[in-house]
Amino acid sequence: MITIKNLSKIYRTKSNTINAVNDLNLEIEKGEIFGVIGYSGAGKSTFIRLINRLEDPTEGQVIIDGEDITALKKNKLRLSRQEIGMIFQHFNLLWSRTVRENIAFPLEIAGVPKQTRRERVDELIKLVGLTGRENAYPSELSGGQKQRVGIARALANDPKVLLCDEATSALDPETTDSILKLLIDINKNLGLTIILITHEMHVIRKICHRVAVMEAGQVVEQGEVLDVFSHPKSQVTKKFVEQVMGENQQDDGLGDVIEGFATGKITKLHFVGEVTNQALISSVAKKYQVDISILQGKITQTRKGAYGTLVVHIDGDDEEINKAIDYIASTPVEVEVVHHA
Amino acid sequence: MLSELFPNVQMDDLWVATYETFYMTLISLVGTLIFGILLGLLLYLTARGGLWENKTLHFIVAAIVNIFRAIPFIILILLLIPFTDFLMDTIRGPKAALPALIIGSAPFYGRLVEIALREVDKGVVEAAKAMGAKTRTIIFKVLLPESMPALVSGLTVTAIALIGYTAVAGVIGAGGLGDFAYFYGFQRRATDVVFVCTVLIVIIVFIFQFIGDLITSKLDKR
Repeated sequence: MITIKNLSKIYRTKSNTINAVNDLNLEIEKGEIFGVIGYSGAGKSTFIRLINRLEDPTEGQVIIDGEDITALKKNKLRLSRQEIGMIFQHFNLLWSRTVRENIAFPLEIAGVPKQTRRERVDELIKLVGLTGRENAYPSELSGGQKQRVGIARALANDPKVLLCDEATSALDPETTDSILKLLIDINKNLGLTIILITHEMHVIRKICHRVAVMEAGQVVEQGEVLDVFSHPKSQVTKKFVEQVMGENQQDDGLGDVIEGFATGKITKLHFVGEVTNQALISSVAKKYQVDISILQGKITQTRKGAYGTLVVHIDGDDEEINKAIDYIASTPVEVEVVHHA
Repeated sequence: MLSELFPNVQMDDLWVATYETFYMTLISLVGTLIFGILLGLLLYLTARGGLWENKTLHFIVAAIVNIFRAIPFIILILLLIPFTDFLMDTIRGPKAALPALIIGSAPFYGRLVEIALREVDKGVVEAAKAMGAKTRTIIFKVLLPESMPALVSGLTVTAIALIGYTAVAGVIGAGGLGDFAYFYGFQRRATDVVFVCTVLIVIIVFIFQFIGDLITSKLDKR
């Protein structure tokens, strides 16, 4: 639905040139939530502004629904922008207007008649859960409520795409989750395509279908969130994965623990995808004459299932242990025996 | 009682003078508001990174503003005498003071407007652009409303400077309390007249400041 071809943005100053976005190519599907993650300075903020041409690209094309945004003249561009919603890190609400008036603003711009405007605003207020706060000013709202106004405002003209510029970065974790949930609902119920940029892996994990990792103006890795999560290739991606998984924990005193076992086997189980939801550990314990104790582990949820590692100690008869391990290996879970006692 | 304390004060003349001061201040304030907003918008919009970025135009407007701000008001009145004569058909009375008052204070207010506009959150302007707003919409529905408290408090400061200017204009025959204090008070050595005029001007200043503060705080929803 959105095609980005050879997109570049070069800033020239007297002393140097900066390739904020460097020959970027992406294909974003209709109805998906596409995340772009990168550290500050990676060019993700410039990238999202190139999509609705708040910044003009130096080279390349942005094609939304077959329409080449980069080729549009000023007036046409204005009309196209009305079909691209955008929300911001700092909400960017007009403090001089109430919630209701803020949400009505894009409708005023689009020339919607007053009566229709009022009905539409009522709908939107209900949609984002701000009923009862219609006449409050932004200064009277919490951060989460402000972002809800931002979202309602962005949805007012029934956009084809919603751009989220670090939409949750100024919010506390709990509020972040409630805003992310709202975005998931909108994506599901309205079938709206969402492009979001963030520096928080947590956000990607929670709501994105696909992700692109940006560094120095380029996409270094992209794909299904779970794939990128479980097989990070580049250094940046590994770092982002550590954000949610914690540091590499192999040596977290596990060595000493392992030495302490006189019998059985220590195995590492790598979970990727849906199986984690099945009761693997308990079914193994029921099927075979083994005792399983969990030594260490971290499992995290993405939209396509879980991902993570468990370190377990399997004790019992050698033959039973081997059978149990073979059984686990027959599931999509990867098994790695780290220590034979 | 009043006539005992201030033997030289002619009440009728004093009221006329007070009325003239109000008249000059209010009319020139309206003119200053219109031209000041225009100048301020031009300065803001043509500046680097502005919506109508234009180096030459910005330079010209900034030069005009700076020149008129640099000329001392009493000299500006004298310089403008031919222009006033052409425009108002007279160079005496409160009406004749208006062109000089407006030309003298509009550039000052223009700078205050520019500062007020620059304080508007750039993110909000960006958001309006992202919604597909025309520049006209951005000016009237974003820039001006979002800077309103600063525009009003700037106008209050300008109004008070204007009251001072009306008194200066009085010296060359514009009427008002300045004129009254100078010709009826100072030149006739009637100190009580000067005193009463001063008190009245201070009261007028207080009234303007009070109204200005009140409106500013009513408007500010931040």
